[in-house]
Amino acid sequence: MNDVLTDNQWLLTVGTFLPLLGVLVMFFIPGTEEKLHKQLLIITAGATAVVHAITLVLFDYGQSDKLQFFVDEEWISVIRSGYTIGLDGISLPLYALSAFVTFLVAIYTYDNMPDAGNPKAFGILMLILQVGMAGSFVAQDLVLFFVFFEIVLLPMYFMIGVWGGEQRQYASLKFFLYTMFGSALMLVAILALFFNTDAESFGFSHLYAAGALIPENTQIWIFAGFFIGFAVKVPMFPFHTWLPDAHTQAPTQGSVILAAVLLKLGTYGFVRIAIPMLPQGAKAWAPVIAVLAVIGIIYGALGCLAQTDFKRLIAFSSVAHMGFVMLGIATLTPMGINAAMFGMVAHGWITGMLFFIAGSIKHRYHTLEIKRLRGLLIQMPKLGWVFGFAAMASLGLPGLAGFWGEFPALVAAWNPAFGLDETLFRVVLVIAALGTVFAAAYLLWLYQRTAMGEPNPEFVSGDSAHGGHGHAPALSAAANEHDDHEHADIHDVTPIEWVAWAPFLAAIVLFGVYPQLLFRVLDPAVTTLVQHVGAGIP
Amino acid sequence: MYAYNFLILAAAMFAIGVFGVIARRNAVTVLMSIELILNSVNINLVAFALMNDTYDGHVFALFVIAIAAAEVGVGLAMVLMIYRNRRSIALDELSELRG
Amino acid sequence: MSVFAAEAVADPGWFLENAWLIPVIPAVAFFGIIFFGKRLPRGGSELGIVSMLASLVIAAGMTLQWISHVDATHGTPVIKQWTWWQSGGLHFQLGQHIDGLAVMALILVAFISTLVQIYSTEYVRGDRRYTHFFAALTLFSAGMLTMVLAPNMVQLILGWEIMGLCSFMLIGHWWEEQANSRAALKAFFTVRVGDMGLLVGTAMLFGIFGTFDIAGINELTAAGDFESKQILMWAAIALFIACIGKSGQFPLHTWLPDAMAGPTPVSSLLHSSTMVVAGVFLVARIYPVFHVGLEINLAGQEFNLIAVIGGITVLVAAALAFVQDDIKKVLAYSTVSQLGYMMMGLGVGAWTAAVFHIFTHAFFKCCLFLCAGSISHTAAHHSFDMKKDMGGIWRKMPVTFATWMISTAALMGIPFFSGFFSKDEIIDSAKHNDYTIFYFVGIIGAFMTAAYMTRATWLTFFGTPRGGAAHFMGVESHDDHGHAAHDAHGDDAHGHDDHGHDDHGDVKHGRPLPFAPSDSPWQLTAPLIILAALAIGSGYLNAPAVGTHWFHHQTESSIGLHEAAGHGEEAAHDEAADHGEETAAHGEEAAHGPEPAEIYTVPPAPEFKWSAAAPGLGLVALGIGLSAFLSKAVFEDRRAPFAGLTRRNKLLGAGHRFLVNKLYLDALYENVIVKAIAHPISKAAYWVNQNIIDGVVNGAGRTGKDVGTWVYRNIDQKLVDGAVNASGTVASETGHALQPVQSGKVNQYGALLFGAAAVGAIVLIITNV
Repeated sequence: MNDVLTDNQWLLTVGTFLPLLGVLVMFFIPGTEEKLHKQLLIITAGATAVVHAITLVLFDYGQSDKLQFFVDEEWISVIRSGYTIGLDGISLPLYALSAFVTFLVAIYTYDNMPDAGNPKAFGILMLILQVGMAGSFVAQDLVLFFVFFEIVLLPMYFMIGVWGGEQRQYASLKFFLYTMFGSALMLVAILALFFNTDAESFGFSHLYAAGALIPENTQIWIFAGFFIGFAVKVPMFPFHTWLPDAHTQAPTQGSVILAAVLLKLGTYGFVRIAIPMLPQGAKAWAPVIAVLAVIGIIYGALGCLAQTDFKRLIAFSSVAHMGFVMLGIATLTPMGINAAMFGMVAHGWITGMLFFIAGSIKHRYHTLEIKRLRGLLIQMPKLGWVFGFAAMASLGLPGLAGFWGEFPALVAAWNPAFGLDETLFRVVLVIAALGTVFAAAYLLWLYQRTAMGEPNPEFVSGDSAHGGHGHAPALSAAANEHDDHEHADIHDVTPIEWVAWAPFLAAIVLFGVYPQLLFRVLDPAVTTLVQHVGAGIP
Repeated sequence: MYAYNFLILAAAMFAIGVFGVIARRNAVTVLMSIELILNSVNINLVAFALMNDTYDGHVFALFVIAIAAAEVGVGLAMVLMIYRNRRSIALDELSELRG
Repeated sequence: MSVFAAEAVADPGWFLENAWLIPVIPAVAFFGIIFFGKRLPRGGSELGIVSMLASLVIAAGMTLQWISHVDATHGTPVIKQWTWWQSGGLHFQLGQHIDGLAVMALILVAFISTLVQIYSTEYVRGDRRYTHFFAALTLFSAGMLTMVLAPNMVQLILGWEIMGLCSFMLIGHWWEEQANSRAALKAFFTVRVGDMGLLVGTAMLFGIFGTFDIAGINELTAAGDFESKQILMWAAIALFIACIGKSGQFPLHTWLPDAMAGPTPVSSLLHSSTMVVAGVFLVARIYPVFHVGLEINLAGQEFNLIAVIGGITVLVAAALAFVQDDIKKVLAYSTVSQLGYMMMGLGVGAWTAAVFHIFTHAFFKCCLFLCAGSISHTAAHHSFDMKKDMGGIWRKMPVTFATWMISTAALMGIPFFSGFFSKDEIIDSAKHNDYTIFYFVGIIGAFMTAAYMTRATWLTFFGTPRGGAAHFMGVESHDDHGHAAHDAHGDDAHGHDDHGHDDHGDVKHGRPLPFAPSDSPWQLTAPLIILAALAIGSGYLNAPAVGTHWFHHQTESSIGLHEAAGHGEEAAHDEAADHGEETAAHGEEAAHGPEPAEIYTVPPAPEFKWSAAAPGLGLVALGIGLSAFLSKAVFEDRRAPFAGLTRRNKLLGAGHRFLVNKLYLDALYENVIVKAIAHPISKAAYWVNQNIIDGVVNGAGRTGKDVGTWVYRNIDQKLVDGAVNASGTVASETGHALQPVQSGKVNQYGALLFGAAAVGAIVLIITNV
């Protein structure tokens, strides 16, 4: 499809697999050296982030529609699968996002290790996860993509299952099986695609050209397989029910990575694989996707309104946000897909930030029940302000990054491409606009209930601030650590947390105020992609 | 000619001997029955030799007699050992080799 | 994407070209206040005021340059843009679009923001979140300024929503009390409901015209260059819904009175003079869209959406203003009502009159609010309840009283005060443009305005001092409210600005003006004087009664449509003819396109005649007189049969209750709609999620597990393993069966041996015979 640039071919391979080096080192160091492991995690994640930053610097922004740092090596030639990787304007933001999010999460972990402990295992899993995420975004071969796509499942399963909340077994198993079910169907679709294009190659460039030649009905069926696989990941209604449980039970780090990056694997898959390779299938499925997307927007919002758990509410809000992303994709227009890609990145920062906040609240109050949380702005003013900021960003306030994921999607919905049904999309547009109202509702209601008002007396002890070891005798006589832990240690944002969060906050403002930073990278690549899709639709 | 009478005699002796081997409890009796069988065989051998005008049968029968004697000697020795250990020589009770 | 061509124009001037700095400076100041404000000696207010002054200076320079620019170039806008975002190869911009309307709005907002910030230094002194207050106030100004000079719809939306955010932050400034945070939420939320229309409408405009550019959209609409009038109409309706929300039109007006929970400077800046006119501004800014889409001024049209909503708002809000005890709420409803006038003006095609009313209304309404704040600060112990804590204070607060009276006169539309010139022209235009019903609405509204303002004035300044005012005036209060009144403040759901009860004794921190020793400090009264002067003087910028049309001249290029024959220049005729030819070419295509010769124009302003204005003025006089009489009778003298009338008469009582309950609209919105969505509907959706959708998932999981168990038990264990086990059993059973053969008994072995031999012999014999 595109010409390719082949400078610095080492860059993507190193950027993807560098975490494994850290894994290797950590493997040989005994698990009792907890601090060392945390530091190694930060160092490795940091090194990976540096490599990604170098990638950002070396990337040729003028040619963002071409695949850059392209590598095409022999891998498994018996099944015609090659080690083909490359980076263009669509992959770059997500690729870089994965590394930076992991890095910031690693920093956050320094002070906030989940209860089950064992930083060695946790760190190794996080690094393997990073490999999977980065690899998915650079893969240009279906088998390679599938491998990376599946790699992310196991570490996340363990992260939820071991370090998670009370119902972690159920949540982790549900997450794993559900996603795997989708992936199984996707694998069938991959094979079908392969065989229907004369079984020549799994490489994207070949399939972009050959996939469009598949007869329409077959395309529709193959697309169905991809649809299920990616729709579970996004998550789209009605395949979304794994998400609230996974997010609620996962440890903070897991939630942040899940929300910030893993969900994007699904939407990225649509943009990168399903739609360009099966243009007619995409056109046939686009109305379905649009309808399901808008249902997701409204339904996710309604679900949020019914929640009593902070984290679960944010999880449902993810469903709603990804609804906007999918709506943008469903329009099959450059404006819509640009909005979707921007929305993916913005959602990563914003919802990642919200989950960080949830984690910090949990850490201090040991509860996430909305009923019991009040007056955050009084007890932890800085955290309250950050929360308010993130809430405003999440509801799509212009001037912050979230707006650019929603507004252009709505604009695009008015005029969908390639003869898609205008009336349907316009109705969807109006309902999606209603979704923005609901977003304001659930977020501001949450903010009002938790941040405003007077603090809950339950959490206000005489010396609730630091150094509450010597409690009044009225409290439990057993002065063991567990007891101190239970009586909430309400302190404001710690320096480590600031370091981890500041980039998120800055990015939300920066990209909100000057979205061209991201759009100029995305637009050429997206425009080329849409042109290609258009060429495939007679 | 009259050789058939010898054959009938040998057959009868054989049958009696087989019956004795199978159906008698007493080990010594079984050994005696084995002797009967062997002797019936001897008679047969001699009878057939006469029918064919040769003396091969007689020679064979002499071998059989010798071996029968040896066998009886060993057999009776074993029976004596069994009697000393078991105070009984009823074959029914000797089933150590039961599978 | 078209840019309104600025042909060889003489250099417009530095201020005009760099007007984009006007919002940027407060925006930067916002960040400064947030990060450094607390460390500054005056808590960040210095940054706020300095930034607003800087903006004001630039705005002033810009205004002067615009005035000469208009004469030189017939009002060509000065547009500067930079790429903000791109999509599909199209670049979208951020920048400035300076024309008459923008100039007016910029200088207005900058000026009033500056005054309010100065006022606030005294008013919110000692507040626990002083710095944040100024930060939010500054950000608000930046937002509104961004909006008014926006060259495209996206930037307009940006400014619009930033204002909404600041409104939320400022209304809920004292969020510790739940009533305040609820009011803030209500404001943000109600406006957001309207904003649905903004998003959808903008998307539609982009779909119709292929651009977000305001100049482009106006130009194309006026030229009739669009496919479907129907779709344009729906776009106009969608956008107007947003205006209904933002500008507090019926039925989305319910948030405005509740917004009075915020500190008074907020009410005076956002919720009277600037933010709430954003909706009116939007209509005025892309007026061709509304004018063409809703067919305003089309021959024979008697109603259109904008005029109807505006008209209803005028009357409903005025009626509601009668039953308010809280002075800020009276002013709030008055604002809603005046916004209704502005919308009505736009709805009848009186663009200049409506925009001019924005201008004059800002001054006198802001002044009225600041007066209310002054009274509360100095005389009423921080209360705003007219019935409980005010009365008879006119002697001791001369400056406040005088400025209040001047502004009230302007509001009522008394001749030679500014409001007369602007409001009367709206009413006049309604009649002139054949929207007779709205003429009547206008004059009835004027009557009601006069009446409720008189009532409020009486309760506030005249009569016997009560409660806090009694304390201020140094007299005994009739009903011993004294401290009780003060304590009642805490419970009062209106959430008065509550500085804490410690400054009960000493009221003033600052220095009052030398000629008004018992009045409020100068930071409060100086802005009042300035605003009152403008409440008189600003009207003369466009007073048909005395023959000035200066304002109209400065802003007419912003209408986007040509004026029909009359005031317009002859050039309008020629251009109209040219347009006719162009549109003829377009006209052949779509059947539902505009007629070839259809030209969209606004009617010219009517000639002013005292005789035409007389009925309205008469009603105003009647309103004042009647209301003064009734107020004295009911509140002061308690004279039957007026006093207690609503309690005795069932019908009047029901009507009174209906008004007090705000037409039960709030009950509908909050108790029915919001609660239904927030609770039953969302819970139902969640129930569906957990039990049906997730039920399917869990069911699938459980079924999978059960199937697996069944398969395991029955097929794997019984069948497959059974086969394996069976083979083993067969083998061992065979062995068992054969075991008796090995009895160990010699006899048996012998028997077998002989038997076998016998069988073998027989077989041998048989086979060989």
